[in-house]
Amino acid sequence: MSALLEVDSVSRAFGGLVALDGCSLRVEEGKVAGLIGPNGSGKTTLFNVVTGYVRPDAGKVRLDGVDVTGASPARVFGLGLGRTFQLTRIFARLSVLENMLVATQRREGWLRSVVKGQSSPAERARAMELLEFVGLERLARSPAGILSYGQRKLLELAYVLVADPVIILLDEPAGGVNPSLINMIADRIRALNAEGKTFLVVEHNMEFVMNLCDQVTVMSQGTVIVSGTPDVIRKDARVLDAYLGGSDEDDLADVVAGDGSEVGHGVAGG
Amino acid sequence: MTPDAFSPAPAPVPSSSTAARWTKAGAWVAAGIVLIAFPLVFSTPAVTSIAVFTVIFMAAATAWNSFSGYSGYISIGHAVFFGSGAYTIALIALHLHLAGGYGIFWYVPLAGVVAMVIAVPVGLIALRTRRHTFVVITIAFFFIFQLLAYNLSSLTKGSAGILLPTPPWTGVGFNQHFYYAALVVLVVAVLLSAGVRHSRFGLQLLAIRDDEDRAAGLGVKTTRVKLIAYVISAFSVGMAGAVWAYFLGDIHPQFAFTPLFDLAVAIMAFLGGLGTISGPLFGAALLESLQQYFTLQYSAGDLYLFAYGALFLVVIVALPKGVIPTVADGYRRWHERRTQAMVDKTGRMSGAAPPLAPNLRTAMETGPGVKR
Repeated sequence: MSALLEVDSVSRAFGGLVALDGCSLRVEEGKVAGLIGPNGSGKTTLFNVVTGYVRPDAGKVRLDGVDVTGASPARVFGLGLGRTFQLTRIFARLSVLENMLVATQRREGWLRSVVKGQSSPAERARAMELLEFVGLERLARSPAGILSYGQRKLLELAYVLVADPVIILLDEPAGGVNPSLINMIADRIRALNAEGKTFLVVEHNMEFVMNLCDQVTVMSQGTVIVSGTPDVIRKDARVLDAYLGGSDEDDLADVVAGDGSEVGHGVAGG
Repeated sequence: MTPDAFSPAPAPVPSSSTAARWTKAGAWVAAGIVLIAFPLVFSTPAVTSIAVFTVIFMAAATAWNSFSGYSGYISIGHAVFFGSGAYTIALIALHLHLAGGYGIFWYVPLAGVVAMVIAVPVGLIALRTRRHTFVVITIAFFFIFQLLAYNLSSLTKGSAGILLPTPPWTGVGFNQHFYYAALVVLVVAVLLSAGVRHSRFGLQLLAIRDDEDRAAGLGVKTTRVKLIAYVISAFSVGMAGAVWAYFLGDIHPQFAFTPLFDLAVAIMAFLGGLGTISGPLFGAALLESLQQYFTLQYSAGDLYLFAYGALFLVVIVALPKGVIPTVADGYRRWHERRTQAMVDKTGRMSGAAPPLAPNLRTAMETGPGVKR
């Protein structure tokens, strides 16, 4: 099976800081891939390179065989790659429904977008369907600025889905979110994956990653140190080294070793 | 179950109730009637003269807002388009040897088109920058154009200025012709602004205002969207400048390209409510008529600058959102309180807001609602 997303020895330095150093990664179609690593290991920079926000100094990014190295974010999105941000980024002064409609517009020529109304009934129905899918339909008319942090994460996921991307990159979907919502997010990702969507997920919550992902890649200091199934990653000594080697996240080592089996079965705390 | 991520769960705000929609439509119709009837009711030349300037600035502020208000890119250089429109009409009248009269008004749209053409290269350069840098670049462009008007004397006659032909109208009718020409420009500006606001590309513009990079990551071609809005905005401003020039009768670089225009339209939109359709209309109607009144009454032409400064401070401190949105919010809150009080009285639905949990659970049990 060919890789849907292929990152080929990408490097990027910010001044003297080498954020990515010959980093390679493959995400197979139909999989949920995880990307973990200590803070500062280059995960978000890799996301930014893949989605067109940061130009790599060297290396190639291919999406479904198409070279998208250095393409604009709008073009990468147009080719079917959606992403969410670590610190959620929504349009605070637009209503939740209007937020959803921003992404519906990617296939439009400029003249049609000037002449046409904001949205068609079909697009609004589709947007409401997706809001229902993430449980935000009651807030459709409210300004997005009033949403809580967790709700913003859900909205960000929903409005990326509007454009029906083939692969979605999630940057810490579970960060700063309460446990019941984490379960809901995991559940939504599984449901979407069952329909054929591919995911690449950056996350520090090991239980979340180990239960959700088919394949986990571990980064450290700008490069990939190991890649494999969750079981392989749990037993890999290099992973523990990466986390223990001077990182303040040593407690994660225990979690990596544990099986985290209590995650992912309905809503906790109901 | 109290999932804190889902707690503030306010009842969905109705998009706009039928009553509210009728109130709104009624207000627009009433404003239209007032604007059409005004010079017929108050026909004193001093008053209609104020009214002409006021309507011109209502159009200019509306047009400015349809770019800067929606996109969040504050342009302090729209006098470039106002002056270009003014010079276009003056040069057309000069070189085509047009006689004063209605004929000249037919060239007003052409002045708008010239402003649009100028807006393309200016926009392409200025829009490469963001926020504060953008403001500075637009100011720089403004000065470049003022200097050009001074120094390209073979074209613009430099500081001597250009005289426009005097229309043959006399008495009360004189100002009225200009008033209705300005009103047509105003209607065009408002329709364009409303059109932009309710189009797909207008939504993209608002998305850019809130978070440009995020919008780009959702497929919005940001440079193109900003440039189109900038050019459309230049069109109405250019037409406003053309009517203004013809009304004044002669133009000079320092008046056609004046920094006071740049500040005035921005303050008008800020005062009324940035990014709303009625806000700039309200702001311009208030400020421009006051300014003209003081100029006529006290002949202290620059006194209004103090008033502008003071007003700007008041707006920023007391009404950061502008008058129209503040009033609308106040009304909505009052309305909600009243509805809530009525609900409490009947004893239903009092107490905590219903939790979202049932919804959430249903959504999860029925599985994904996504099918393609």
